[in-house]
Formats: sequence, C-alpha cells, structure tokens
Amino acid sequence: MDELIVFLQRVIPDFIEGTKITLQLTVVALALGAAIGLPAALARVYGGKWLKKIAVAYIELFRGTPLLVQLFVIYYGLPDVGITLSRFGAAYLALGLNSGAYQAEYFRGAIQAIGSGQMMAARAIGMSQIKAIRYIIMPQALRLALPAWSNEAIAMVKYTAIVFLIAVPDLMTKAKLIAGRYFNPIPVYITVAIIYIILVAIATVIMRTVERKLETPGLELETERH
Amino acid sequence: MSKLPIVRIENLHKKYGDTEVLKGISLEVQEQEVVVIIGPSGTGKSTMLRCINLLTIPDEGRIWLEDQEITAPHTDVNKIRQRIGMVFQDFNLFNHLTALGNVTIGLTKVLGMNKKEAHEKGMWELERVGLADKADLYPAQLSGGQKQRVAIARALGMDPHVMLFDEPTSALDPELIGEVLTVMQKLAREGMTMLVVTHEMGFAREVSDRIIFMEHGVIVEQGPPDQLFYAPKHNRTREFLWKITELYGKDRDNAAPASG
Amino acid sequence: MDFLQQFGFLVYYLSQGLGVTLGVTAIALTTGLFFGTILGLMRVYGGPVLSRFAALYSLVIRGIPVIVVLFILFFVIAAFVNLSPFLAGALSLGIASSAYQSEIIRGAIMSVPPGQMMAARAIGMSRLKAILYVILPQAFRLAIPPWSNEAAIVLKDSSLVYVLGVPEILRRAQYVSARTHEPFIAYAAAALLYFALTFLTNRVLDAAERRFRLLM
Ligand SMILES: Nc1ncnc2c1ncn2[C@@H]1O[C@H](COP(=O)(O)OP(=O)(O)O)[C@@H](O)[C@H]1O
Ligand SMILES: [Mg+2]
Repeated sequence: MDELIVFLQRVIPDFIEGTKITLQLTVVALALGAAIGLPAALARVYGGKWLKKIAVAYIELFRGTPLLVQLFVIYYGLPDVGITLSRFGAAYLALGLNSGAYQAEYFRGAIQAIGSGQMMAARAIGMSQIKAIRYIIMPQALRLALPAWSNEAIAMVKYTAIVFLIAVPDLMTKAKLIAGRYFNPIPVYITVAIIYIILVAIATVIMRTVERKLETPGLELETERH
Repeated sequence: MSKLPIVRIENLHKKYGDTEVLKGISLEVQEQEVVVIIGPSGTGKSTMLRCINLLTIPDEGRIWLEDQEITAPHTDVNKIRQRIGMVFQDFNLFNHLTALGNVTIGLTKVLGMNKKEAHEKGMWELERVGLADKADLYPAQLSGGQKQRVAIARALGMDPHVMLFDEPTSALDPELIGEVLTVMQKLAREGMTMLVVTHEMGFAREVSDRIIFMEHGVIVEQGPPDQLFYAPKHNRTREFLWKITELYGKDRDNAAPASG
Repeated sequence: MDFLQQFGFLVYYLSQGLGVTLGVTAIALTTGLFFGTILGLMRVYGGPVLSRFAALYSLVIRGIPVIVVLFILFFVIAAFVNLSPFLAGALSLGIASSAYQSEIIRGAIMSVPPGQMMAARAIGMSRLKAILYVILPQAFRLAIPPWSNEAAIVLKDSSLVYVLGVPEILRRAQYVSARTHEPFIAYAAAALLYFALTFLTNRVLDAAERRFRLLM
C-alpha cells in the first residue's frame, strides 16, 4: 500500500502533464477535422464534378487507411518531399485529416438525410442556393450530425494515444517513460487505462449534455463507430 | 377590355428524358382569380406549377409574371419567387425552426427585414391562419393540418402576388383537411390570386372561378365549375369527375372547419 | 540501388507483410466474434448478474484506447504463457474488438422482432433452442453491415501490432524506409496497400450482405 502511494506520488505530475497534452491534441484535432470535414462534405454533396471527385478521394483515402500509417507518412514521409513538420505539427495534421474524413461523412449523411423538399421550399421563397444551404440545410444537418459528431469527439480522446510513436509527450508517452523507469509496465498501463476511461467518461457527459441542450423535436439520426 | 393577367403561360413544354410531361400548355390567370387544376396523377400538374416559379426550368414556351417575362434569359429567379407563394403537398416546413421561425426566415434572410419587424409580421401571418398560439412549436409538434397552415403563412409572409397550391390536402388525414380548406377559402375571399391543384371537388365548386382539366400534359378542357360539373364538353372530363367524386366523396363542405 | 531494384524490394517486402496483416486481422476478428457473441447473448439473455458484467466489460474496454488494451494484454499474456508477439498481439486485438462486437450482436439480437421468440416457444422450442435456431441466425444477418464496419476497423487496427515488433505491413515499410532512405515512398506504398485491403474487404462484405440480406 505504501509502495503504491509512493509510486503514485512520483508519477502523478507526469500523468497530469500527459493528460493536458492528450486533451490539447483531442481539441485541436476535432477543430481541424471540423474545419476540413464540413467543406469536404459540402463539396461532396453540392460540388461540381471535379470538386466532388477530390472530396471523395480525400475522404475514402483517409478512411481506408490506418491512422498510424497516416501519421508515419506525414511525420517520416513528408520531409522526404520537402515538408518537415514538428512532432506536434505532424500529430495535429494526421489526427485532423483523419478526423476530417470521418466528420465529412457524418455531415454528408446528415445533409442527405434532409429531404429534398427542404431545399425546394427554401428556393420557393426566393432563397439563393447558398442562402438555402446556410440557413436551412446546415442548421438541420449540424443538429442531425451531432450524435455522430459526439461519438467522434469522445473517441478522439482515445485515437490520440498513438502519437506516442512519434514521441509527442502525451499520456501514453509518459506511461512508456514511467514503465521504463520502474520496470513494471502492467500497473503503469492500467493506471493510464483508468485515466483514459475517466477522460472518455467526462467527454461523454459533456457531449450528451450538449446534445440535450441542442435537441430539436423531429431532428434525430443514428450513428456508428470507426 | 381585359387587365394584364398575373400569370400568362404560352406553349409550355417540358421533357424528362424521353417522356414529354408537358406538351404545350397555354394559360392565363387574372388578378383575384381562383383556378383549380384537376387531372389524373402523373399528368404534369405539379410540373406545370413548378415551372411557374422556375423550380423546374421549362424546355420551351414562355411564362410572364405580370409584365415580366420570367423565361427570358438572366431573370433573377430569387426575385421572381418572392412574388409567387408555393404550398407543397408534404408541407416542407423547415424542421429546425419553430412555426414562427418558418415564417420569419424568408423575411429576414431574403427580404432583409429586421428581427422585430419580421417577428411582428410573422405573428400576423400566423394569426391569419389561426395559429398564433402555436408560434413557438416545432414542425414535429404540429398536426398535419397545422403544418400546412404554417406553410401557407410562410408563403403569405413574402406578400406574394399569386399563390400556387400543389395538392395541399392530399397528405392530410380526412379530419384535418377542413381547416386547411377554410384558410384557403378565406384567402380567396380576401382576393388572393390562386392556382390550386386539388381533388377536393367541394372546394373547387364553391371557391374556384375556373376549373382546368389536364391529362397527359395538355389542357383537355376548362371553364367555370358549373360548366365542368354539369355540362362537360369532353367524355374524359366527365369520366374523371365521376371517378373523383366517387373516390373523394361528393362534398367536403361538411368537414369540420378550423375551430377558432 | 537503382529505382527498379528499389521498387522490387519494396513490393517484395510489403507483400511479405500482407500475409501477417491478414493473419492478425483474421485471428482478431474471429476471437472478437466468438467472445463478442457470448457477451452479446449475456447482455440480452444473461439475467441481472451476467448482463451487468458484460455491460461493464464492454464499457471499460471501449473506454480505453486499443493501443493501451494491446499493451496491457500483451504484458499480461507474456507474464503467464509464452506466446509469439504475433499471436499475443492478434489475441489482444481480438479481445479489444470483442467489446465492440458485443455491442453489434446485442443490437442485432434486439432488432429481431419479439414475435420470433414467441413463435419459436409456441412450437415447443426451449429458450436455448429458440436462441440458437431462430434468434441468432437472424441476428447474425442483421449484424452484417455494422460487422463489416468493425472488420475494416480491425484491419486498420492490426497496424498497431507494429509496436510489438510483429512484421506486418507497416513494420515492413519501416525496414524498407531504413534500407532505401525513401520514407515517403515506403510509407505511402504501405498506405496504398492498406487502402486496397479495406476497399476489397468492403466489397466482399457488401456482397455478403446482399447475399444474406434478411427480408422483413
Ligand atoms: N424531376 C423529375 N425527373 C424525372 N421525371 C419527373 C420529374 N418530375 C416529374 N416527373 C415525371 O413527370 C410526370 C408528371 O409528373 P407530375 O408533374 O408530378 O404529375 P402530377 O402532379 O400531375 O401527378 C410523371 O410521370 C413523373 O414521373
Ligand atoms: Mg403532383
């Protein structure tokens, strides 16, 4: 018991540091993913032939390959073609691009779940297509996409864990360092697992609260994991 | 001497792929006139209505709205549509907005009205259709009849010069049809110019000035209700009216009108 | 090395990893399906104790990054039995996947109409027989679309056993990159190979879904 307390006293500061980085990665990746995913979805639904193709290529490529491989292409591969990113830069970009592809599909699903009658009715009162998308389609699509987006946000906490492979000092990296110092990996990783569970639980509570706050009668949709 | 018609259609044609849906429709609608369009389904009634506000682009033929030819190149469709109200069979209320929001969104985002003005006007339009007390409810919380009345209020909010109704009561349970027809009847009495596709023969007979029978993309026959009901010139018209009265019952006038 | 040699080297090396990746994926998916089905059944038919246990298990595992589950199980397994990293990694991934698959199976069981159980019992089947012969066969078919999604996820997650030194596609790409000093080409080739795999997997499972679709 004393041993455990001593152990915890020594590692807690490290874990707190790591947790901060993990949360920072999560938030930036989600924001970046939304900034990429929303235009990609609009391009896929409303874009012309070429815009559509580019959006599809991006979405399918990033959904069809492992995040870890994307991270390696970006961190180890891109310098080869003249683009050198910091560890953090590479982590943000990989997580953001990956999340953007999934978010694009959630947004697209939501946009397409809105009946064509909505667009027709908007055009019938004299809205331009842009205005109809902005004021009629998007507000509904964002609400419809919210459950899927929440799941993405919650899962993103976990997806960030792989960045330890390029030594971004997140929770996992801290865990690895501590495990190396104390020669007993199992309790260290179990502690980290518990921290992740707590983070995921907090993220879940936050997102479900947001969902409840933004609830609109008649606007609901189902979801899946990736 | 005749005044300038509100809507004038000349030799309207529309094809989807190889099927010619409209085969040369010509039609004039005068100010304050209520025209009912009947005809079997798949005949092109909806297509014709959608051509009038350019939700569907005609292949051939010309359409005037008052003194403006809207089929002319470089027409600002969004400006045109502000002058034409449209009511759909399946309502198409904006699901993320309350009843009031549905009416005001066009006022603020299309007409550029400020929030306060839009709110007042929106409430007034809801009042007109008897739904001021439902202003804060979302479409999912309204009955079908109430939804359609909000949709009418939304269209009226833009101060249209003519209203198009595409089977406004076909998606409604029988007991909810009356309240919508009552609102439409009131509109007609107030002098609104209306083109109505409907199978409600009671409404057609009571309210309309003229009935048009369309089939296979052409106007087969048109005239005042009494003429079409009691002395149709074409056999097809007679047969269709027979069928329709059988199907929909002789009169809907007894259907409960909206209370309050 | 000249370009052709390099290219040949790349293709040869990565294709060696292909088998390992597919092996890890297949073992993980089957392990996950086996435990996932048991857990899914426990969730629905297990009574208060078993269903709570299964729910807790699923909640805990799904709250932890797969890579962390992999580390923990790998070290735990290594402490007890002497398994190769390949097997230990594949089994660990399977156990992680079982939590997600249990949710899929549970959902599928719940979407079999309740009348099915009633009708099965009405012709004299025991509860167990009704589950085995009436409910599960329907549930499995209903589960194909979400299960396909899971299969693609496990295929991609199989890249995580890289950390255990298992010579799957990504690890091979790393060798190639070290040999040729062309990391972009090596990793991009690995990405394309994965892309082709997920693409094929999706096609095959789509076909399976059409073939076994349950008409209701
Ligand atoms: N957007 C469209 N694309 C292809 N065919 C259409 C489209 N809209 C209508 N049609 C076809 O045109 C014909 C007339 O349709 P419509 O105008 O809706 O008839 P009505 O309203 O009289 O029932 C139908 O055969 C219909 O299938
Ligand atoms: Mg129609």
